[in-house]
Amino acid sequence: MTAIPQEQTGGQMFMAGLKRTRNTMSLLNPRFMFGLVLLGFLLFFGIFGPFIFNKTDPMKFVGMLYDPPSATAWLGTDNFGRDVFTQLMFGIRTSLMIGIIAGTVATLIGVLIGTVAGYTGGMVEEVLMALTNIVITIPSIVILILLSIAFKTRSLLVMGIIIGVTTWPWTARAVRAQTSSLRTREHVDVARLSGTPTLGLIFWEIIPYMLSYIVMAFVLQLNSGILQEAALSMLGLGIDKGISLGIMLQWALLWESVRTGAWWAFIPPTLLLTLIAFSLLLLQSSIDEIFNPRLRRS
Amino acid sequence: MNTTKPEAPMLETRDLSRAFGHGDHMVRAVDRVSFSMQTGEIVAVVGESGSGKSTLARLLLRLLDPTGGQILLHGQDVTTLHHRGELKTYWQKVQGAFQDSFAAFNQFYTVRRSLEKALNVLDVSLSKSDRTQRIETSLREVGLDPADILDKWPHQLSGGQLQRVMIARALVVGPELLIADEPTSMLDASLRVTVLNLLLDLRKSHNMSILFITHDLGQANYLSDRILVMYRGELVEQGPVEQVLADPQHEYTQRLLADVPRLRGKSGVPA
Repeated sequence: MTAIPQEQTGGQMFMAGLKRTRNTMSLLNPRFMFGLVLLGFLLFFGIFGPFIFNKTDPMKFVGMLYDPPSATAWLGTDNFGRDVFTQLMFGIRTSLMIGIIAGTVATLIGVLIGTVAGYTGGMVEEVLMALTNIVITIPSIVILILLSIAFKTRSLLVMGIIIGVTTWPWTARAVRAQTSSLRTREHVDVARLSGTPTLGLIFWEIIPYMLSYIVMAFVLQLNSGILQEAALSMLGLGIDKGISLGIMLQWALLWESVRTGAWWAFIPPTLLLTLIAFSLLLLQSSIDEIFNPRLRRS
Repeated sequence: MNTTKPEAPMLETRDLSRAFGHGDHMVRAVDRVSFSMQTGEIVAVVGESGSGKSTLARLLLRLLDPTGGQILLHGQDVTTLHHRGELKTYWQKVQGAFQDSFAAFNQFYTVRRSLEKALNVLDVSLSKSDRTQRIETSLREVGLDPADILDKWPHQLSGGQLQRVMIARALVVGPELLIADEPTSMLDASLRVTVLNLLLDLRKSHNMSILFITHDLGQANYLSDRILVMYRGELVEQGPVEQVLADPQHEYTQRLLADVPRLRGKSGVPA
């Protein structure tokens, strides 16, 4: 290879980023801390809330249609007379679970397609990227609706996978670009000289060098997964058993909560969705700042 | 049968070419390069940046496919090898060391793991103690203390140490030919001599052939038996070191030499 002084590599940045995080960054970066605390609080609310407040059944009828907030139903009741506060806690669980499944599926597919395309090049790259572009071009909501209808039962897992298989292209594109640049590094050549097979090269020589990047992509996918789930559920295509923030919104819309002034039926789930998305984006952008010195302000 | 008989040199290239791009934008990085090397010979390839030296190294290491010509190892065409299995056999005999030792090591691996991976190119699976022994022997050969260095990470080592580890990495498989692509260009002047002497020792002890790629005529002169001069992808001149340096034929070689006043001992030109 010719004499080009290497820029700081992804891995070095990752290591340096970790070191900085340990030392000062996490304390000095209020955005990161705020995002983390907010997300932690929401998770805590969703996971431990039902036990703390002893409200473990979101489907239990506690009142009449749209009862305003009271001592028994802190945030009022929904159109079936069920407790909104309890539903919120379970809704967060569902939304995050679907988000995590969708994010994982999308990241796995995206990283696999992106690295193979970026590393192999040539025809394989052309074909894989054509496929990616096709999936990007079709509005994902259309695929989502069609897929959702095609499944007889829509469990949490099915929903997560449906969302995951439509949102991977952006990750695939970004990962392909990174891989194309990483594969020309000398350590990849050195590993080839040791007879490392292609998949080994991708897994051991390329992926570790863009791990921070993949983590960020995952957080973004997680976020979009949660929002996609809400959108599908509002259309009535959510999970068929259980409650999610999107399903709460669907019922609130169907039963005229906005017109009748039952704000407790639609504002809390909307607010929680916003807060989840907000905290994830804060985390994502501050992680980005830690790993990418160019974004850092002194 | 003696594999080093004159009619089948250890390494030979015939019109080896590599072009990048198509049509008007085509760049001939390596253009019809033909030369041969014998066992135990040190050959230097000199040329300025962009002359195709590194591309030649990558072609000879079979990291890059040529667009034309042949590479022959002991008279056998190796340009047709494509599968990893076949190439592994080639890489048991031909290994490389690169310029930027900081970039050449996976920074997530300790030295031990990097060197153990290098052993994967061998067909036989060695026992744990055999592996360790091979690795430790190679490290001692390049003048490093295994106990001191095996469990370190690349960023904990100096450039000179890393460069020697890289040569040790090639040594663990016992290659016949080492292709060293500017192994000294990122080192301090004092360390350079150490690495050059190390290469000379290896030739002596293993009868290893070395293709030494450099832009420095002084180093080429110090180390090599023969010199190949590359200019814009073409091999413009080759011959024994003394002959090329004393009586350069090609205009480009003359210019290269003129840039190194000390070498020619020109009077009146301060070194």
